[in-house]
Amino acid sequence: MNDKINYPVDAHYLLRKKKSIRRDLLQSSDFLDKRVAILGGSTTAEVKDMMELFLLQGGIRPVFYESEYNRYYEDLMFPNPALEEFAPDVIYLHTSSVNVTKFPSMQESDADVEELLSSELGRFQTIWDQVAIRYKCPVIQNNFELPHYRCLGNLDGYEIHGRSRFINELNRRFSEEARRRQNLYMNDINYLAAWFGLERWYDKLFWYSYKYAMSYEAIPLLADSVVSIIRAIFGKTKKCLVLDLDNTLWGGVIGDDGLNGIQIGKETPEAEAFTEFQQYVRSLKERGIILAVCSKNDDVNAREGFSHPDSILKFDDFAAFRANWEPKHENIRNIAATLNIGMDSLVFADDNPVEREIVRSQEPDVAVPELGKNVAKYIDILDKTGYFETVSLSSDDLQRSSFYADNSIRHALQSTFVNYDDFLRSLEMKAEIKSFTPLYLDRITQLINKTNQFNVTTRRYTQSAIENVSGNGSYITLYGRLLDKFGDNGLISVMIGEVRRSEIHLDLWLMSCRVLKRGMEEAMFDQLVTIAQAQNITSIYGYYYPTAKNGMVSGLFQHMGFTEIGRTESRETSWRFEIPADYQRKNTLIEVNQ
Amino acid sequence: MKQDEIKNKFTEIIRDVLDDENIVLCRETTANDVEDWDSLAHISIIVAIEKEFKIKFDLYELKPLKNVGEMLDLIQTKIH
Repeated sequence: MNDKINYPVDAHYLLRKKKSIRRDLLQSSDFLDKRVAILGGSTTAEVKDMMELFLLQGGIRPVFYESEYNRYYEDLMFPNPALEEFAPDVIYLHTSSVNVTKFPSMQESDADVEELLSSELGRFQTIWDQVAIRYKCPVIQNNFELPHYRCLGNLDGYEIHGRSRFINELNRRFSEEARRRQNLYMNDINYLAAWFGLERWYDKLFWYSYKYAMSYEAIPLLADSVVSIIRAIFGKTKKCLVLDLDNTLWGGVIGDDGLNGIQIGKETPEAEAFTEFQQYVRSLKERGIILAVCSKNDDVNAREGFSHPDSILKFDDFAAFRANWEPKHENIRNIAATLNIGMDSLVFADDNPVEREIVRSQEPDVAVPELGKNVAKYIDILDKTGYFETVSLSSDDLQRSSFYADNSIRHALQSTFVNYDDFLRSLEMKAEIKSFTPLYLDRITQLINKTNQFNVTTRRYTQSAIENVSGNGSYITLYGRLLDKFGDNGLISVMIGEVRRSEIHLDLWLMSCRVLKRGMEEAMFDQLVTIAQAQNITSIYGYYYPTAKNGMVSGLFQHMGFTEIGRTESRETSWRFEIPADYQRKNTLIEVNQ
Repeated sequence: MKQDEIKNKFTEIIRDVLDDENIVLCRETTANDVEDWDSLAHISIIVAIEKEFKIKFDLYELKPLKNVGEMLDLIQTKIH
């Protein structure tokens, strides 16, 4: 699966670029070949083109049979050598309210209207019977969207002569048939049109001119829906939802804000939104979707989040749980291996565009929806993509999650990608690393007082203390801002060092975890060395004071090439770095101060 | 909007829809002169024009058009 076409779909972009998108999608080599017959009660050309794009994106390469305009009935009811020779793997009946043979007229009695309903249903029943006999393949059948107009106004919905009532009644009978018959699957255009908005669904000009039963803008939505069913029929759907934590399942950063600081529950609008998203995720689990966590966090902090009294999801809901500081694509591989499912069975949900891009570029088989940053949209984005479409629910489905959790074996899979640096290069990162300036003092103070994880000393400063330090010649101060092709990450790193003759003693070195493993810590250190060299400073001293939250930087100084020179009983460590005359810059990925 | 600008945008639409960067149009060009410009592609082209120029064609407007030049003139009058 690749994600050339993402929800929400831009119908006009697809219209203009469909040929070149198709060409791109066909580059992939791993396709399931399927023969798809489209039998239409209205024009289907564009429906077919859009279905092709979505099928290719879903890993199915179709060959199509299309009926002539509005020949669906004749094509299926009578001997049809062309279709028999085509031997469809699946038949899609693209009918809609324009194909209702006869709506009730006002003179008709209750019995007449009942008769009309039975004969309308009967017409389709005989078609489905014929398909079962002649073609023995699955049928995807549209139900009916509500009518364009209501002569009876609100009464139209319940008076027996009403068109809306007639359609609702037909839909009810269609769904009973679909429940009863094997190989009959309902494409719920009644829901689609309601979701899309009937006003936008209907484009009468488009109908009068070209006999399309719905507007151009509605066609991708329709095609995507049909294709979701086709994918489900042929087993090309997703099994597992892999979730980020901070700002995905709750608001805020658990490692920095603490259990009481995260947004979940009913206290704020944001917390409500995250709560409803967790409820949605739990309903997915209840219907058989496996859940996993992939988060950049200390494991203990990540687990703590689910002990929040308002958290709908609990730690036990996840069949695999990866909270660490390794690149996410590696963790996702590890999750797939542990659960013993293919990478193409995974959907990865993360609010961070950089993480999404890493996973997309490193693991193209994983579906990565454009989740965005707006939690109120998360449900739409996962729900409307049809990743988890299924054609039926078995008792197996309802138990699957626990099955995977029980069988979850620790499966250490060391996989490092030689091209992770290439990926980072592709982010076109640019940093500004300079001495504190008045403009940023607010942000610097804020960052200093809330950063808990990547923070070697966890020293807090008041704004006036910062002002003191920033104009003072016996201190070196640095802030770091990082930009990449996805935008500005803002001011995310701070260093304060006290100069004593030819030495710098680092009072503070911190960084926001959202830019971890991007080379920013190296870039900050390079800049410190550059300034030190200019002031004839020869050594840098670092201090690590362990807290409950900052375990991730216990090895930072060692990683940077410092030598340990002291260790107290409370495991506080001190470090020295002698600046070599030929100091080699550690950062090769970020353009600094250009 | 200038005639040239309309023509450039129009050409861009035709190239996108027909997926051929080499298409060159003049006022006298008709659909028959351009490979793949069939009645189905024509619908896509009309919808794309409506979107690009933010206009809506009326039912009677499209039938009588003979060539690209007349289409460009119609677009010009619709966008004022």
